Amino acid sequence: MTDALAATRSRLCDYALALGDDCLILSHRLSEWTGNAPDFEEDVALSNLALDLLGQARGLLTHAGELEGSGRSEDDLAYWRDDLQFRNLILVEQPKGDFAWTVTRNLLFSTYQELLYQELSQSAEPILAGIAAKGALEASYHCEHAALWTARLGDGTAESHQRMEQALMALWPLTGEMFELAPGQAELVSAGLAVDPSLVLEQWQLRVGEKLQDATLSIPRVPQRRCQGRLGFHSEHLGHLLAEMQHLHRSHPDASW
Amino acid sequence: MTQSSGLPLWEIFVRSRRGMSHIHVGSLHAADWEMAVQNARDLYTRRGEGVSIWAVAATEIHASDPDDKGPLFDPPADKVYRHPTFYEVPEDLKL
Amino acid sequence: MEQMVDDSLEDAFQHRIDAEVKIEPRDWMPERYRASLVRQIAQHAHSEIIGMQPEGNWITRAPSLRRKAILLAKVQDEAGHGLYLYSAAETLGVDREALVDMLQTGRQKYSSIFNYPTLSWADVGSIGWLVDGAAITNQLALTHTSYGPYARAMVKICREESFHQRQGFELLWHLSHGTEAQHEMAQESVNRWWWPSLMMFGPPDHSSPNSEQSMRWGIKRVSNDELRRRFVDMTVPQARALGVLLPDPELRWNESTGHHDFGPINWDEFHRVVGGDGPCNAERLTRRRRAHEEGEWVREAARSWATRHVPARIEAA
Repeated sequence: MTDALAATRSRLCDYALALGDDCLILSHRLSEWTGNAPDFEEDVALSNLALDLLGQARGLLTHAGELEGSGRSEDDLAYWRDDLQFRNLILVEQPKGDFAWTVTRNLLFSTYQELLYQELSQSAEPILAGIAAKGALEASYHCEHAALWTARLGDGTAESHQRMEQALMALWPLTGEMFELAPGQAELVSAGLAVDPSLVLEQWQLRVGEKLQDATLSIPRVPQRRCQGRLGFHSEHLGHLLAEMQHLHRSHPDASW
Repeated sequence: MTQSSGLPLWEIFVRSRRGMSHIHVGSLHAADWEMAVQNARDLYTRRGEGVSIWAVAATEIHASDPDDKGPLFDPPADKVYRHPTFYEVPEDLKL
Repeated sequence: MEQMVDDSLEDAFQHRIDAEVKIEPRDWMPERYRASLVRQIAQHAHSEIIGMQPEGNWITRAPSLRRKAILLAKVQDEAGHGLYLYSAAETLGVDREALVDMLQTGRQKYSSIFNYPTLSWADVGSIGWLVDGAAITNQLALTHTSYGPYARAMVKICREESFHQRQGFELLWHLSHGTEAQHEMAQESVNRWWWPSLMMFGPPDHSSPNSEQSMRWGIKRVSNDELRRRFVDMTVPQARALGVLLPDPELRWNESTGHHDFGPINWDEFHRVVGGDGPCNAERLTRRRRAHEEGEWVREAARSWATRHVPARIEAA
């Protein structure tokens, strides 16, 4: 393998890891609702979202392991990295919060994911393109779920409206990170392998803005916070999440399940 | 009793594949039809059982009275000629 | 006069049952048949809903992503099955919200097995293999129950649950054939779940108060003891294949009956747990109530929205 090819593979591996970690961590947060949702119908719906994202995470982590070429499996990557090695957005690791919080995060993330994956499904890297094409369909369904609830909570009761506003105020400042190009990715973008997320920012704002407007909500006027999840610098929440997720697997290092 | 907090009941019909009729699969609760359809997709087609869903407000369903079973359903029972098995055809013939 | 009419209706009803004709929602039925069905179906639905908790306890800690996906799908199915069953109960003229209220205030029961805690990952396997195995034995018999909507829900549930027991067996198989610590984990778990699983079929036939009438009405098709016997006969060879021991020194094949003999069940424990004094009774109900109460503002918002908006219709086709 030439050095240039090896460098590209290593960058693609980081890229797939970042996308995979988003799915893995958000899936974990959504799965915390199973058995605790506002209605039984919603237990089923939220579990579906969590399952879709877990499926995407497994595809992406498996692919990252292949690109890395070191033989690490999806489980090695999920269970044996520490929080500084995770590349997910700060947004997705935030606690599950109340239902308004979950709906708001789903709206912000799934709209982003659908737009991003639609672009990525054109990638010159066929496996990534395939994962993205399937993921975009699932994300569009997640958007629909989030939009239905955004309308009903935003324009529901005074309490539900207020809860949505609070969630928006807290989560909006974490969205800027979604549109930043991580270091080393510019080469992938110019080679047609990855997507520059800043390209979908405008459309994202438009679509999210419309959904919020339908729900008598609006984009909050708050500054973006500086987030560096893509560099491995997370909030304190991630460590606790990983402790829970990884402890059993790590307690039996030589076991298979 | 907290009965008032329940959401309306919807009867759900699923077309399992093209060429088939919608078939009643059960019910669920939702505040409006859009949520009902959304929930039905998750609940009744988790294993890819459907291509089309109808949600009908349970209050909008009008049923025949089972006590009318006599007048409503008996006459067809003696019109056996409506059923294909009424007709004898040679056994080796595919019809 | 009215009594005579009822008697003749009841005779006709019993004839129908005896002829294996299904009873459907708007048919005439004796009030006690209706009440009995509501109680049984609701209890069954509640069991699915409460049953989400012990296994849900391990979703965020599943030791591989594959196991996590399986477990999540399984617990999701349980919510779905609860809904199918509530849906069947509602055809009898009761409201789901009222039934859920009965559950949450302790006036209706759910299967006592879910009052035991899941203390290790192997418990997810034991629940799948033993608890779901016992449930399926019971549910397969119920696919022939006399009430149409209940029977149809059972058919759907049995079809979907076929993977539940298999995944439990497979999970335990990996443990019992894994490291020493994993094998121990599997055996320890089976030790805890075996006897409670046998209790799931309910008290022995001679002391089961409602059974006889339920059998006559075709609500219950097979007796508690007969189901328990079927379950034991089915499970013993599976345990051998798994490489785990069932914790009963008296368990052995009886050539003359063609079935397994097994030791006495601790019915005191059964009655204590049913009566509310199990390891997790309070936690299970508290958590159920909390989810319901915390969801109230959401349901309220959805209701409020629906009174002011009618989503644009799409044409049915």
